[in-house]
Amino acid sequence: MSQYQENATITRYERLSQDNIRLTLQADSIAAAAKPGQFVMIRTSTAKDPLLRRPFSIHQTSTNGRIQILFKILGRGTELLAHAQEGEQLPVFGPLGHGFDIRTDRPACIVGGGMGIAPMLFLAKRISRLKSNVASDFILFGGRTRTEVEPLSDDFRQFGMRFYEATDDGSYGEKGFVTQLIQRLKPPKGSVVYACGPESMLEQLNIYCQVKGLECQVSVESVMACGMGACLGCNIPAKDGGYVHVCYEGPVFNAEELAWK
Amino acid sequence: MEIVRERDPFPDLRVNIGTLRLQNPVLTASGTFGYAREFANLLNLHRLGGVIVKGISLEPRHGNPPPRIVETACGMLNAIGLENVGVDRFIQEKIPYLRGLQVPAIVNILGDSVEEYQEVTERLASIEGVAAIEVNISCPNVKKGGVAFGANPDMAAAVTHAVKENCDVPVIVKLSPNVSDISEIAAAVEDAGADGVSLINTLIGMAINLEKRKPELANVIGGLSGPAIKPVALRMVYQVARRVSIPVIGIGGIDNSRDALEFIVAGATAVQVGTANFINPRVSEEIAEGIGEYVKTEKLPSIRDLIGCLEVD
Repeated sequence: MSQYQENATITRYERLSQDNIRLTLQADSIAAAAKPGQFVMIRTSTAKDPLLRRPFSIHQTSTNGRIQILFKILGRGTELLAHAQEGEQLPVFGPLGHGFDIRTDRPACIVGGGMGIAPMLFLAKRISRLKSNVASDFILFGGRTRTEVEPLSDDFRQFGMRFYEATDDGSYGEKGFVTQLIQRLKPPKGSVVYACGPESMLEQLNIYCQVKGLECQVSVESVMACGMGACLGCNIPAKDGGYVHVCYEGPVFNAEELAWK
Repeated sequence: MEIVRERDPFPDLRVNIGTLRLQNPVLTASGTFGYAREFANLLNLHRLGGVIVKGISLEPRHGNPPPRIVETACGMLNAIGLENVGVDRFIQEKIPYLRGLQVPAIVNILGDSVEEYQEVTERLASIEGVAAIEVNISCPNVKKGGVAFGANPDMAAAVTHAVKENCDVPVIVKLSPNVSDISEIAAAVEDAGADGVSLINTLIGMAINLEKRKPELANVIGGLSGPAIKPVALRMVYQVARRVSIPVIGIGGIDNSRDALEFIVAGATAVQVGTANFINPRVSEEIAEGIGEYVKTEKLPSIRDLIGCLEVD
């Protein structure tokens, strides 16, 4: 597995809503090697503060050597990144980690909650290319409110999968959570659930999948310093009582491997 | 007629730590460079002075619960809890790769008791591919109420002695800065036979999340590293280098060749690059290059002419 450090030029800056931003970066080697569910580490400043790079899942790649990241302004790193401009260069390191294990022989149910939707565009695109028929595949996308969901809607409609949206406040799509959507829509037997989002959402999906006997792959988050297995700072509890490391053993895990609360 | 041009001479960057010969003074700090293999396709390992691998204990350790790290101003706090595969798996799984490297692999060891340090040393002593041992004495001594070995000159000397007695390779003792007089500890480990000292390990600190009114780290306290600690590290290297006659290896916030050169001027024979590896995996190779450029530009006979040359009026 090859990783690259590239000085990537920002080719497009999109402010999707007040605090959600999408950046397109020219990063040829990373784009060519990336798999859905993998991430990159980006330095948000060349100064000594903030010091560490920040992890971002790869939102999508293009055949002309571009990658996209999608983020919400949450702290100092993302705040700085929000001030980046087209034409500027950013040091990008990746692709990192283990992505989704795509099962082309099985129906897919892609579930994204909030910023957890970020890696799902790349995944949906790849699945739609690998499979001849996606009519029994689902994409379920939930967010807090309209501004989180609406700007990304059209991007997800292009694959011909069954696409459903929900917001916590009912301002867009159905009112409620994606975990309620999945219970109502009941993905077919043998489906693989691919999920990314808040921990509580993943936890409920895991329970649902266990009851229904579905395979559940979850992409999880953690703070991390290096992104490549050197600092060991990104551990999360594993089912066997030990730990797994999000950066190199994940970020995608089979939900059964993890210790849930 | 062919003109014979004088070749640009290779700068002489060689330094010795006891009998350990390094082609240049740049080492990677334990715990920031995995077992070296993780970095193999990101830089040319063979252009480093050597690599120091993740600290090894007698038994495997799971380490601390998350969160283990948090970023702070110009630095980071960590409380990894010395997670490692244990000495037996280290020898089986990691040594074969390290043995194949053209640069020395230094193994960092740790323990809860003098006996544990001794036993880890015994297992490593006969293993080909272990060029030197670095002893982490910042660990708590469980038999002495959890006081760090490195906080007490007698305990630090006892550990040094136990390691030194049980191996033939050079022994470097990594000093804790969390003491009132680090040069006293350095002198004690020198007397106990250490071939060199490396400093500083992380400074103990903490960070608080005000909204949650909770510590940022599950372990509450952790070790501070990164550029924030460089002035403290430089001061300690300066003081220790004046006190002991064994080589001193400088560590603390080094992220470019100028930082490294400052440590050498302060009295360090070699340096270790730590946290900076997380931000730029190629940084240690770049630092070695930068030191070479400096030696050439300054027309120094060798890097050794720079060690401890600080002018204090």
